[in-house]
Amino acid sequence: MSQDHSLNLKNSHEDPAKATMEGKNKFLGLWFFLGGETVLFASFFATYLSLRESTAGGPTSQELFGLELVFIMTVLLLTSSLTSVYAIYHMKNNNFKKMQLWFGITALLGIAFLACEIYEFAHYIIEYEFTFRSSAFGSAFYTLVGFHGGHVVFGLSWLISLMVRNAKRGLSLYNAPKYNTFAIYWHFIDVVWVFIFTVVYLMGMVS
Amino acid sequence: MTDNTNINKINSYENTRRKEEMKHQVITFVLMIAFTLIAFLVVAAELSRTFVIPFILLLAVVQVGFQFYYFMHMKDKGHEIISSLIFGGIWIAAVTVLTFTTIIWW
Amino acid sequence: MSLASTQKKSFGAVLWDYLTTVDHKKLGNMYIVAGAFFFILGGIEALVIRIQLMKPENDFISAGLYNEMITMHGTTMIFFAAMPILLGLMNAIMPLQIGARDVAFPFLNSLGFWLFLFGGIMLNLSWFLGGAPDAGWTAYTPLSTQSPGHGVDFYVMGLQLSGAGTLIGGINFLVTIVTMRGPGMTYMRMPLFTWTTFIASILILFAFPALTVGLFLLMFDRMFGSAFFDVALGGNSIIWQHLFWIFGHPEVYILILPAFGIFSEIFPVFSKKRLFGYSSMVFATFMIAFLGFMVWAHHMLTVGLGPVANSIFAVATMAIAVPTGIKIFNWLATMWGGSIRINSAMLWSLAFIPSFTIGGMTGVMLATATADYQYHDTYFVIGHFHYVIVGGTLFGILAGLHYWWPKLFGKVLHEGMGKIAFWIFFIGFHLTFFVQHFLGLMGMPRRYWVFLENQGLDTGNLVSTIGAFLMTIGTIIFIINIVYTSIKGEKASADPWGTGRTLEWAVSSPPPEYNFKKLPLVRGLDAYWIEKMDGNDKMTPAEPLVDIHMPNGSILPVTMTIGFFIASFGFIYQVDNKSWLALVFIGFAIALGSMLIRSLKDDHGYHIHKEDLEREAD
Repeated sequence: MSQDHSLNLKNSHEDPAKATMEGKNKFLGLWFFLGGETVLFASFFATYLSLRESTAGGPTSQELFGLELVFIMTVLLLTSSLTSVYAIYHMKNNNFKKMQLWFGITALLGIAFLACEIYEFAHYIIEYEFTFRSSAFGSAFYTLVGFHGGHVVFGLSWLISLMVRNAKRGLSLYNAPKYNTFAIYWHFIDVVWVFIFTVVYLMGMVS
Repeated sequence: MTDNTNINKINSYENTRRKEEMKHQVITFVLMIAFTLIAFLVVAAELSRTFVIPFILLLAVVQVGFQFYYFMHMKDKGHEIISSLIFGGIWIAAVTVLTFTTIIWW
Repeated sequence: MSLASTQKKSFGAVLWDYLTTVDHKKLGNMYIVAGAFFFILGGIEALVIRIQLMKPENDFISAGLYNEMITMHGTTMIFFAAMPILLGLMNAIMPLQIGARDVAFPFLNSLGFWLFLFGGIMLNLSWFLGGAPDAGWTAYTPLSTQSPGHGVDFYVMGLQLSGAGTLIGGINFLVTIVTMRGPGMTYMRMPLFTWTTFIASILILFAFPALTVGLFLLMFDRMFGSAFFDVALGGNSIIWQHLFWIFGHPEVYILILPAFGIFSEIFPVFSKKRLFGYSSMVFATFMIAFLGFMVWAHHMLTVGLGPVANSIFAVATMAIAVPTGIKIFNWLATMWGGSIRINSAMLWSLAFIPSFTIGGMTGVMLATATADYQYHDTYFVIGHFHYVIVGGTLFGILAGLHYWWPKLFGKVLHEGMGKIAFWIFFIGFHLTFFVQHFLGLMGMPRRYWVFLENQGLDTGNLVSTIGAFLMTIGTIIFIINIVYTSIKGEKASADPWGTGRTLEWAVSSPPPEYNFKKLPLVRGLDAYWIEKMDGNDKMTPAEPLVDIHMPNGSILPVTMTIGFFIASFGFIYQVDNKSWLALVFIGFAIALGSMLIRSLKDDHGYHIHKEDLEREAD
């Protein structure tokens, strides 16, 4: 259980994210948390699935959804997943600058995704007067997709504060686990999105 | 000095391994984009509902499998407890969704 | 941070110490003390309920206040008394049992405690702010969405806060058990209490998110006008019931499994025999946890889920009796032929076996879907779950408190008073709840404010109320015992029972802040007992004396919690006036600011140097 965080990374072939006890704990803790998040999102999905026909005379999913924007959002988020994989690859090779660069691209893609989502919501509210209060379908839709969006916002703040904080300090055994846990969390956001675009948007388009 | 050369050897071995792994991950990514594209095309083509819904759900499950096993490294060693807990969560998630889609009906 | 903790400290310093502590033993004790406080509150509420039902058409309290009493009694006892005391025992004991110096996330551990405490305070503040929640502890919609005033809002926000705290605590225990086990402590050498902590934490991890979602939906419906449960806009009340019970049924096992763990520690120690069927106990615990997730709809058998669903859930529910039966027989077999010593801890454990078995038996009766149409929402159900929760969980807590009191607080509880308290409480418990089964079968519905005379319910209710008073007396004697012991009791040795088997008895009572000076080498199940049998009076160390790394204390968990606490008030009152939204922003600013400070400031902890350790006496 080494506590010396200034350990030289160059001579170590171990994964810097899991070389210390704290690193291991963080890694496991985040994974277990994701296990809980699975049930959290399952509950939102289940609620959405049982309420998706309950439009109370308001707009239905077929009237609302369009494929183009959702496809763009999907590509943005999937690509951001790949860029964070690149970042972790450079972390393992102890290349701090390239890691920061790839994480920077990840953050930009995440922001672009969020911008699309905000545009989409605004579009529904202004064009269709479809809101959180319109119907049970509306409540369930905005809650499910909104909670995913909230996770993206949280992830972006996490990533940006990590990058700013460590910009001048380089990689160490103290901050490598933090970057690594962020990356896993970010992939999980992507996992949830895969189900959102399939279950909410694509299944909502099928008549 | 022998220590150092050993570490260098290990490092170069590790580097090749990581490069190999990176290649796999890029292939995974390409497949995921392809799957997404197929899912969207199938829906846009307005095929029959009984085919489309199971098909796109299957594509989603495979994509998520890629994410978990390749991007999130669940295939690697040291992930046994993690994957058993994740599968526990998936099981409960599945039971929850099944209930909400079958026995809530008014 | 010197080791000289024996020096007298000023009150302010002690308070600051407790506000900032990240020591799992201190947090454990804080959980227990706070849980005991809420237990007394919940007990007073129970007493008020029983006084109201003492005689027919009583008017001791109004109907509205009665609804508040039953709601607060249930909510307080489950979330703020039973759970935290169990979490406290886990916190204080489990790291010692696995030979660890600390938990995996000391900071989060402290955050979990403060979230629980402020959640409980928030819920109880509702008494002073326009009335407590009155929709029952299950808060079924649409009753809870229609309930006027802010009572149910306090329920939602209070449970949301404490639920987050519990989830954090659960993840912390899981990681601790996976990564922090000491040298030689393999999974199958872990004491049963550690196992049940582990499995209960898995249940927490998977159950609480469902409650979180349910509470969010209720919050959105009540505070932001969404339509999840509003039938006019296509909503559906059954969703709440499912989400609540997907959480609620595993919650029952979160409460009972740690109690099973406690009994599995006590029986071997006071029978001087190893636990019978250790691996089958572990297996049975896993089985209960697995099945526990697949039975929630037995709370909803009369909702009209259809015969197929009812049958599946009924059969799954009955199946749980099998692993539970395995456990009961294992405990009996552990005692068989042992040299049994009866003391307070053992009395509570012995009383548990028949009491809990009765509760399990009525459970199988209730699981019979067709018969449940008769039992549902009657006092039969009340009798059943009090036999399980009081006869199982509370007896477990009391047994555990007597057993581990020396380890927690350094003194052995007074035996005589312990036994008197036990007998009075035990008799009172059966008087209170046994008769309720029959009241229920005679048709007395639960949650009713009054009953009419001459319907055969008068005597039964009077007996039940007398029993409740006996339980109160038993509790008061236990409290006197605690006060007496802390003033007069003698300092306990490391192994006050003499037959301790697990690692916690190998360190002083109470243990030093670093737990183990040298990490012990675990050579098998019941590690300390093995050393004793080999003639050693101490554990064999697995390492030389080295500097010990310790985490720094921090006030940030408290400020984070206060931030969320303030924001919760903002959410509740913005319904009346939008300017209250300011509190939401202020609260989140405080909470997120604290998080930011936490992540920006490096915290490497500190070391206790081995020179200092050498100076310490053993």
